[in-house]
Amino acid sequence: MSNTPSMAVELAGVALKNPIVVASGTFGFGREYGQFYDLSQLGGICVKGLTAAPREGNPPPRIAETPMGILNSVGLQNPGVDAFIAHDLPFLRQYDLKVIANISGNTPEEYGQMCEKLSAAGVDMIEVNISCPNVKAGGLAYGTKPELAAEVTEVAKRHATVPVMVKLSPNVTDVTEIARAVADAGADALSLINTLRGMRIDVNTRRPILKMNTGGLSGPAVLPVAVRMVWEVANAVSLPILGMGGVSTGEDAAQLMLAGASAVAVGTACFADPFTPLKVRDGLCEIAASQGLERVSQLTGGVRPW
Amino acid sequence: MTVEQHCTILEVTHLSSGAVSITFESKGMAAQITHPGQFVHVKCGEDTLLRRPISICNWSAERDLIRMVFEDRGKGTHWLSQRSVGETLDVLGPLGHGFQMDPHGRYLLVGGGIGVPPMLGCAVHGGEAHTAILGFRSGNHAMLLEDFSKACTGVRLATDDGSLGHHGFVDALVRQELTDNPAYTAVLACGPKPMLRSVAKVASEFGIPCQVSMEERMGCGVGACLVCACKTADGHYRHACKDGPVFPAEEVDWNE
Repeated sequence: MSNTPSMAVELAGVALKNPIVVASGTFGFGREYGQFYDLSQLGGICVKGLTAAPREGNPPPRIAETPMGILNSVGLQNPGVDAFIAHDLPFLRQYDLKVIANISGNTPEEYGQMCEKLSAAGVDMIEVNISCPNVKAGGLAYGTKPELAAEVTEVAKRHATVPVMVKLSPNVTDVTEIARAVADAGADALSLINTLRGMRIDVNTRRPILKMNTGGLSGPAVLPVAVRMVWEVANAVSLPILGMGGVSTGEDAAQLMLAGASAVAVGTACFADPFTPLKVRDGLCEIAASQGLERVSQLTGGVRPW
Repeated sequence: MTVEQHCTILEVTHLSSGAVSITFESKGMAAQITHPGQFVHVKCGEDTLLRRPISICNWSAERDLIRMVFEDRGKGTHWLSQRSVGETLDVLGPLGHGFQMDPHGRYLLVGGGIGVPPMLGCAVHGGEAHTAILGFRSGNHAMLLEDFSKACTGVRLATDDGSLGHHGFVDALVRQELTDNPAYTAVLACGPKPMLRSVAKVASEFGIPCQVSMEERMGCGVGACLVCACKTADGHYRHACKDGPVFPAEEVDWNE
């Protein structure tokens, strides 16, 4: 245990100084948590989900706490892709971290237009969201049907000049079926999992807590689902994977990497502790060091299944 | 500047109203408070994932203290109510946009139920010669009356059941007070939304500016997760944690 392991990893040709990324929708465009620490300590940021036009999002309440998790129904509130390029991307460019633009479209054409604009603006990677459970158009509809997922991927690839990563939904019977369709359509990487659809009811008022009735479950409760799905997808396709879902410790991140992820995103855990991404990075480094690894990337796919 | 600190608890008092008062050593946070009505986001043990936003009741930058008064009304606040002197709390703060007060202004401070504590911060830290109008479910839920008496020139009370002060809602007292003394700089209010709506309506009838502190289920507390949405009169959503919790009453969409 002499040397500190190298934390550098690669995700579809994009070099990350460490495997820790912050997950879309949990970190805004970095301004808020940037008050707490230097964002250059992160490997990358998946920015708040962007749409072609600004979106107001869903009526409140938009959040409900659950055992070791939360349900949210934000509904892709965002200022639109043009405002992001004009105001938020320059802010993030002050820092040394990879900027991954998360996009959702109502039509394949919208995905294509956003990919063009964002590539030209110089983001490092595009994360195509086909799995938002909180919007009616697009979103999850594309993520649950292999042919639609493939069509969106193909359009995104045609219009993007930077690597395209497709974010998969866990709300399907067989995630590998979608993963294969997306891989065959030319995706450069996959990210998973998005939130799991859920619901919580106030037994006294008999009303769901969320105004939209249902929402997406995230937080430590979903980690085992994420680990399982990353493992299944890693066995099914040869694309690099950004693993996410319930990560709050270095050990959680190591599990996702052993299951097959090349990098790991931290999301909901930041709400409890803004410093979680840095703690996960340090914890992961300690695990790699204690196992005598030279590079943290040696964890990827290293699970020894029975 | 917002910081995360582990703060030692110096005082825990279970008030007769059932609310709990906790004062902690703020590790410099008190000096960062710019306006009354700001809040702290407190980690409430290992069994609740989200922090709990608790309004700042009073503070001393000089003595590095922050006092919060809250009700035990769920898993998180119950955990918090069971703390003892000497234990530490994981606190994020100060957060949010508070009440804007002119140092020479005279304010009518209106609080309802658990919306009463942050109004004490207004009485102590901004303007002068305030009047407080405080509403409670009943007399035995009344709290902080002595503190308000010291900090305000007048305190008027209302209870839903008439067991203390005016029998009815605070807006009737606001109307009476503004009729008798219209020379207030502004009305500042914190409490349930229906109360805020009626207080804002009375203030607007008298042409007096009104600021209200809004409550919404919150996530990150810093403006990153976008869950605590409040509809504003222009049809857009703003966020209680970052844009608020205090908003000019005319900016709030009261029909929402």
